[in-house]
Amino acid sequence: MIDHSIDKNGVRVVNKKRPVNLDIATISMPVTAIVSILHRVTGVILFVGLAFLFYAFDLSLDSQEGFDQVVNALQTSFIAKFIIWGVVSALMYHFVAGIKHLFMDIGYFEELESGQLAAKANLVIAAILILVVGVWIW
Amino acid sequence: MVTQITSFGRSGLYDWMVQRVSAIVLSLYTVFIIGYLVMNPELTYDQWSALFEATWMRIFTLMTLLSIGVHSWIGLWSISTDYLKATGVRFFFQSLCGLAMFVYITWGVQVLWGL
Repeated sequence: MIDHSIDKNGVRVVNKKRPVNLDIATISMPVTAIVSILHRVTGVILFVGLAFLFYAFDLSLDSQEGFDQVVNALQTSFIAKFIIWGVVSALMYHFVAGIKHLFMDIGYFEELESGQLAAKANLVIAAILILVVGVWIW
Repeated sequence: MVTQITSFGRSGLYDWMVQRVSAIVLSLYTVFIIGYLVMNPELTYDQWSALFEATWMRIFTLMTLLSIGVHSWIGLWSISTDYLKATGVRFFFQSLCGLAMFVYITWGVQVLWGL
């Protein structure tokens, strides 16, 4: 309910001091909002994860020994596999959400129904890609 | 009136466009590298280094490095202006991001052109 008062000219105005709900646990998160915040979260993960990709990129082109080290780590080390899977998963999600974003830029998926459908498709496609990447790595 | 002096292109519209152009470069590079690795499961060092010695690949990779820089700047700038309300904290965060991007680009150039 919006709180009103009457200003000095007799006009009904909305009171400035309206209650603001910043309790994140009570804010409703529809599927479109979840897809959107994950786009941001995966973007931040990628920015940090890039350090690992750059390290592997550097080592792999440094020398034959460096290349072997990277290949060996990716074939035998659980931690190396897990990190690369995490970073590539974030990339897959961010990639799919980015393409959905480009479609929205040109006017698709802007209605409630199509928007929710596209958001769900985003989650499903990203989940499939993440699984496929996991199978590829392991 | 310009009230945000830390946006990449001084204008939201310009940032909007740069974000999309860089996104397309990054997505093409992602598809290329993953496709290359999938199609070459027995990749050797000679093959891998020959790929990055090719001029077209250096152009493509440098374009990607610069796209990483601007794309992550615009993205992290948007996030930091949404969530970090204190100017000092936001400036500190954005400075760290800017430094990291600069390090990434320089590191990538060094790997590509080496010693």
